[in-house]
Formats: sequence, C-alpha cells, structure tokens
Amino acid sequence: MLIKKRPSWALNHSEVTPESVFRSRRRFMAGLAATAVAGSLLPRFSVAAPAPVQGQSLPFTPMPDFSTDEEKTPFRDVTHYNNFYEFGTGKEDPSRYAGEMVVDPWSVTVEGECDRPGTYSIDDLVKPLDYEERIYRLRCVEAWSMVIPWIGIPLADLIKRFEPNSRAKYVYFETLQDPEHMRGQRSVFSTIDWPYREGLRMDEAMNELSFMAFGLYGKALPKQNGAPMRLVVPWKYGFKSIKSIVRIRFQETQPETSWNMIAPQEYGFYSNVNPEVDHPRWSQKRERRLPSSLLSTNWIDTRKFNGYGEQVAHLYKGMDLKKYY
Amino acid sequence: MLRLRMPLFRLLVFAGALLPFALLVMDAFGGRLGPDPGERLTERLGLLAFQCLLVTLFMTPLSRWTGSPVWIRVRRMLGLFAFFYAVLHLLAFLQFVIGWEDLWVAFTKRPYIVFGTIALLLMCPLAITSTRGMMRRLGRSWKPLHRLIYPALVFAWLHFLWQARSDVGEMMAYAVIAIVLLVVRVYWFGWRTLVPLRRA
Ligand code: HEM
Repeated sequence: MLIKKRPSWALNHSEVTPESVFRSRRRFMAGLAATAVAGSLLPRFSVAAPAPVQGQSLPFTPMPDFSTDEEKTPFRDVTHYNNFYEFGTGKEDPSRYAGEMVVDPWSVTVEGECDRPGTYSIDDLVKPLDYEERIYRLRCVEAWSMVIPWIGIPLADLIKRFEPNSRAKYVYFETLQDPEHMRGQRSVFSTIDWPYREGLRMDEAMNELSFMAFGLYGKALPKQNGAPMRLVVPWKYGFKSIKSIVRIRFQETQPETSWNMIAPQEYGFYSNVNPEVDHPRWSQKRERRLPSSLLSTNWIDTRKFNGYGEQVAHLYKGMDLKKYY
Repeated sequence: MLRLRMPLFRLLVFAGALLPFALLVMDAFGGRLGPDPGERLTERLGLLAFQCLLVTLFMTPLSRWTGSPVWIRVRRMLGLFAFFYAVLHLLAFLQFVIGWEDLWVAFTKRPYIVFGTIALLLMCPLAITSTRGMMRRLGRSWKPLHRLIYPALVFAWLHFLWQARSDVGEMMAYAVIAIVLLVVRVYWFGWRTLVPLRRA
C-alpha cells in the first residue's frame, strides 16, 4: 500500500467516500474540470443548510464551547459601524452603500493546490453542512472591539471538501471586485490595490476556531458585514476576517495580503492580536469595547491572541511574534 | 449704517462658526455619534479645526475680490475658532482615544501626532496675540508673527494625511483648496509674504 505523507488536516479520502466511488467520481470530475457544476457532485452529509437569503433567519446549533458569555454588541452597532472600504472609509459608509452590492447569484472559485477545484454556488457550499452559532470577540486593529454571534460553519469542514494536497501550505481569499456596485473601488485616491486579499497559513485555517460565517444574530449576513460569506478568525485583527469572498486558492507560497501590501511596517501577514506589539501609529495595549460612551469609554485590556491563546498559541511556538507581527 | 451692520455681521459669523459645535453637542447628547462616540467626536473636532483654518485663510482673498474690508474684521475671530476646535480636538483625543495613557510614546514616537502637535503649538502664539491690545503692542511684528498660520496649515494637513488608512481623496481635495489659498497670495503679494516672522 502506498503511504503518502499528508498534512494532518487532509482527511484520508476513504474517510469521506468509499474509494471506488471516489475514483470514479474523480475521473468524471476531470472531464468536467472548470465547469460550474462541480459543487452539485460533492457528497451530502446531513440535513441541508439553507443558503443565506438577505434578511432571513438561518437554523443553527448554538456552540457554547466556542462562545464567550461576554455581553454582545447590539445588532444595530454590529451592522452600522463597519470597516468595509469597498464602500468607503467612513464607519457608516458600508451600511449606507453596501445595498448596492449584488450578492445573488454568488459564486466562489476554488483553485490551486487541491483536488476539487471549481466554481461553487453558495448553495453548493452550505447544503451538506449544518450551521453553528459561535459568539466570538472581534478585535479591530484600530483598538476597538465587539462581541458578535456569528452563524456559519467551521472553516476546516469547508476546506476539507476541496481536498487540498500536500503542497497547500497557505490558503488565499479574495473579496468581490465590482466597482460599478462598490463605490470605494471607484475612488482614484485609494491606496488599496483591489480586489481585497487575505490569507492564512494552512494550519491556521484548519484551527478549530477558524470559521466561515454566513450570518449573524441568527440571520443571513447583512451586506455591510460581508454577505454572503466571510471569514472569522477571532484571534487576529479584524481585517484578516475578509468579507464577501469570491475566490479561495490553495498555494505553496505565502499570499500577498492587502494591508500588508499597503503598509508592511504596520500590518504583518500574521496580524495576531498582541498587546505587546504596538501599531506604529497607536498602542494596542487596550481596546474600547463597543458600544462605548462619552461618559464611560469602556476600556478593557487587550489580551494576547484576543484571549484565544489556549486554542492557537501552539501554532506560533518558537516564532518571534515581534518580528512576525 | 455701516456701523450698525458690522456688529451684526460679526455676530452672524460668530454664530456660524459656533453652529457646528452646537450640532456636535446635540449629536453627543442625542446619542447620534454611533457606538464609538469618542473617536467620532475627535474626528469631527479635528476636521472642524482644519476647516476653520481654511475659512480663516479665505478672508483675505474674499476681501480683495469683493473690495470690502468686512472679511478682514472677522478673520481673527475665525482663527480663534480654529484654535478653539483644535484644543477641543486634543482634549477629546486625550480623553477618548488614548485615555491619558502612554502619553510620552504618543507624542514622541507617532509622526502624525507629532505633526498635529506642531500645528497646535504654532497656533498657540497666534491665539495669545490675537487681542487688540497685543496687536497694538506688537505693532509691525504682528503680521509676520501671524504668518505662522501657513506652516500651521501645512503641518495640520500632513497630520490629516498621515492618519489616513487607505483613501486619501478627502485630503487631496483639501490640499487643492489650501494650495489655491496660498498661491493667490504669492500672486498678489509675492512669495516673501508667506514667510513667517520676517518683516517684509
Ligand atoms: C496635539 C495636537 C493633536 C493631536 C494629539 C491630534 C490627534 C489626532 C488624532 C488621534 C486623529 C485621528 C482621529 C481618529 O480617527 O481617531 C486626528 C485626526 C485629525 N486631526 Fe488632529 N490632533 C492634533 C492637532 C490637530 C490640529 C492642530 C488640527 C488642525 C488644525 C488637526 C486636524 C485633524 C484632522 C483634520 C483630522 C482628521 C479627522 C477626520 O478623520 O476627518 N489635528 N488628530
């Protein structure tokens, strides 16, 4: 028997699908390469999760083990105080202008070092899985934070289905580029080289905390929060949690990421929440937990890895986090 | 007639310059500054300070274009409003953005804060010498001293630019206005009149 060394996140094919079925499907898939139907051939595991529809409720299972019991930031604030520069740099710009974005139909291109590349509809991506609710802290690099109940699926479960191969060391994500409907992308003075890009090391992506969100507060994601699907990596600064994803690529080399391209001395590839490493323009020791008010600013001390060290600190063992910020 | 209209005009300008402050206070009490009101307040006060500087610098060209001296008579008041908003902006920053912590680091290591501080420091002597008594005392040195407003504007703009995260469109629009205001002076009075502290 051929034993190939596989990264720990790569499920053995036989665990997923009987070998013969897998092989025949593989042959069939090859014939269909790059066609839009790839997703419909994926195995179905359980009750179908409905695709998110703007404003509609989603069924979910609460996951207390993955949830903080801190006070949640109100829905209104979560949906009206956003950084989503595709719609402008002001915090209200996204809630004002994201309505212009077209999210239906939506397709996600999966490519690179994996055995199941293709173009998937949101339906294809969510149907075989169940939604979970996880209440995570979100720490913005600008020194404010929120507590948000996300609805989604573990990123690892999603990624496994694309069967990344052993050369997949990183996963790259890309946001929709559609200047006609995203006014921030029309600005000639923007220093962002659109589309917005983000990336994770493969072991970070496969960590149990990494989450692909399709909703929040029990409902499909509002457009300003990154509809129809966005990443949530709670131990990293918010900008790593890329919104409105249209492309996922597995690659061997570290991907270029937007903020790192603009100001590498301010935003590293890792961008783990770390009170010991200041942003060159401000301190990261504390954060304003929103909602804040003029009478009480609601300062709290920022925790390393945003308080998720137990789950993720091992990923960075031996790394100098002052250098790899 | 003119004697009666001037105080009224000054009153109108005063009210106009104070109006944004009133709106800000109303928004603050009405809870309309969003979930991070301190940050919003700081931003709006900074922008008001900068806009007041530009409006102040607009008075000289206005008086030339309209041939009326009334604009010059409200110029000092508008400059003081710029200072007023800048001081409030600084206080808001200290209270809400950094919470009075790590002051030394903030004011020495962070270039955009340093630029803002230089701008404010340059405005201080102007505010102090803005009274009629001081004008009389300083005589011919008053004008060269008050040309410090030009470097103050430049530093304030650099400060504005430097705190941008990615989109600098707004800063560029303001730069165009600022450059026009400076260039017309060079055209009318020669570039030497832009140099502060030097008697022409
Ligand atoms: C000690 C002096 C100063 C300090 C510490 C300071 C600090 C700051 C900070 C922290 C911000 C960013 C606000 C935020 O987004 O949180 C800011 C923005 C700004 N400041 Fe200052 N500042 C100073 C002086 C000034 C002066 C003198 C002016 C103008 C006359 C000015 C004009 C501005 C403007 C226009 C902005 C941008 C507001 C916006 O985002 O729309 N600042 N300042």
